[in-house]
Amino acid sequence: MNALLFNSTLVIYAVVTAIYLLYLLKPKESLGKVGLWLTLAGFVVHCGFTVNRYLEAGHTPITNLHESLSFFSLAIVGIFILFERRYKISILGSFMMPLALLVMAISASFSSVIPPLNPALKSKWLAVHTIMAFLGYAAFAISFGVSIMYLIQSHFLKTRRLGPMFQKLPALDLLDDISYRCLTFGFPLLTFAIISGAIWAETAWGTYWSWDPKETWSLITWFIYAALLHGRLTTGWRGRKAAMLSIFGFVIMLFTFLGVNLLLPGLHSYK
Amino acid sequence: MNIIVVGLSHKTAGVEIREKIAFSPTQMEKPLKALVELPDITEAVIVSTCNRVEVYATTRDVAGGMARLKRFLADYHNFPLETLEKHLYSYHGEDATRHVFRVASSLDSMVVGEPQILGQIKTSYGYAAEFKSSGIILNRFLHKAFSVAKRVRTETKIASSAVSVAFAAVELAKKIFGELGDKTVLLIGAGEMCELAAKHFINVGVRGVMVTNRTYERAEKLAEEFDAKPVRFEDLMDHLPKADIILSSTGAPHFIIRENDMEEVLRRRKHKPMFFIDIAVPRDIDPKVNDVENCYLYTVDDLNGVVATNLEQRKIEAAKAEAIVEQEIGQFFKWLASLDVTPTIVALRSHFDEIRKAELAKTLSNWKDLPPGAEKKLEALTNAIMNKLLHQPTSTLKRTDQGSRNDLYVDALRSLFDLQTEAEQENLMELED
Repeated sequence: MNALLFNSTLVIYAVVTAIYLLYLLKPKESLGKVGLWLTLAGFVVHCGFTVNRYLEAGHTPITNLHESLSFFSLAIVGIFILFERRYKISILGSFMMPLALLVMAISASFSSVIPPLNPALKSKWLAVHTIMAFLGYAAFAISFGVSIMYLIQSHFLKTRRLGPMFQKLPALDLLDDISYRCLTFGFPLLTFAIISGAIWAETAWGTYWSWDPKETWSLITWFIYAALLHGRLTTGWRGRKAAMLSIFGFVIMLFTFLGVNLLLPGLHSYK
Repeated sequence: MNIIVVGLSHKTAGVEIREKIAFSPTQMEKPLKALVELPDITEAVIVSTCNRVEVYATTRDVAGGMARLKRFLADYHNFPLETLEKHLYSYHGEDATRHVFRVASSLDSMVVGEPQILGQIKTSYGYAAEFKSSGIILNRFLHKAFSVAKRVRTETKIASSAVSVAFAAVELAKKIFGELGDKTVLLIGAGEMCELAAKHFINVGVRGVMVTNRTYERAEKLAEEFDAKPVRFEDLMDHLPKADIILSSTGAPHFIIRENDMEEVLRRRKHKPMFFIDIAVPRDIDPKVNDVENCYLYTVDDLNGVVATNLEQRKIEAAKAEAIVEQEIGQFFKWLASLDVTPTIVALRSHFDEIRKAELAKTLSNWKDLPPGAEKKLEALTNAIMNKLLHQPTSTLKRTDQGSRNDLYVDALRSLFDLQTEAEQENLMELED
């Protein structure tokens, strides 16, 4: 059942990605609509997988890379659907769904066996800490995708390449605004994830902060996004500069999430 | 019944001819009534815009009808027919239908895809309906033309891109700012194109307009016209940060906005994007401004380039539109052909005859002890009743002196007795929309 739901999600996301990439090339608005409906279907199946996994494991299914990548992808798709509906930008799917698919594909490459729960993770904090962290990550992922769209659109405008893709991409100010909204949504989530993590660490390991690589890199990520938000609010960092910083922040965030787990040994190295 | 079109347009006649042949929209009753009183002409619609004057009419005699329309156009405007005739085109049948569908779909316009023409034809048709010069055929014909135009509008992108410099500027601004409702336009200098662009921005609803000029009085005068705020030229740099969209066309021999001004300006507006449109030759704005982050500079050449690309795109879309027109011509002609009298009478008779035969067969099959010869007599009796009933309507239909009423009767008969094929029925329902 687990494998069936997971693989169905993977297949639907692959089809959706193909549709959205086609939408990028072909001037057919209907492709965008089909893409969204299929995305919704995929999201429902993906939720089904996550709930099923929770029931089988008996705890929040975000304890190893297979599970957390899948949940990361689920959060990206969920937030994408919200923003697509709110701003009516089909082309957002052409940027977000390939990312969601990629994350799912990486998730598929890790073992899907449900291992016995690491005793350190047996806590009510598991759900709070991980769900907040991944919702925050997903918000940053949307900001990342929108920032790439901003850079492309800005480049089109500067170089007078006003082709079909230029026509489909929304206005610069709107992209800038969405990116900002994602940050104001993602940053508090990241903050609470770090705080809840510290509290949890105190109960589990007896210390709030032990400069474990995950903690260090989370703090670096937090500072980058804090700087970006601060710059926006005070000196008006916007447009290209803000877009590039958001992309940089996302890369660092990915390292915090994946690089630390895979490359740096520490308390958070769940594989 | 035939549809004929006689007229002239920007393609066949200069404005000096067109203005003499044009009809005043306030006095449409007289020419429309005169037209339908002409012998051979049963229905008429006049379309008169600044780019074309056309008469659509129905007639039994194509050649005669066309000649009468030509003479009417010349006589009505006291214009010599010999001179006018060189500029007139005339179409009938399928060509007339194609012509009107193309005109309504803006495929025959000076700027292909411009949206005004459809409204103009609708207004013209409104006059014809008001003064009852159009009847069943032209009513259907023009409604069909409107639906074709609507199809072209929705199924092709013929009108979706800007084909004037001023409009292209507005479209680009929307791609930078999204909604323009909270944006401010600054107009530097004066000039036809600049003012036109400013008007476009005001039409889409910007928050405010500022105007500056080397001579403050001119700025004040222009500001009054646009309901804008005049700004002294010396204070330009103070007001620049407040402007989101800058339209510049001064006669200055050097740049009035330089790259190194921009750092300060952008800092003061918290790096919100700026859109510069430089229409001046020589240029007013340093081209390097385009390299500054969050600044987008377009010159008149850039905008012309946008317009040229869009016009190319329209040509491709126009080909799709022509295909739609061809498809719709076929459908309309199916309906028009159904209005022919003879096939209608044949269809009506066979419809009656079928009922008569069926009822007769039913009666005879239940009738046991029928006297010899009775069958033949019953056959003759029912035939006679049917013929008597059909005699009056048939001879009324065959009369040729009652103008467009004939078509009305045929159409009514076909609907009342359901004499159409299914394909025709669908076609009619589509026309009603």
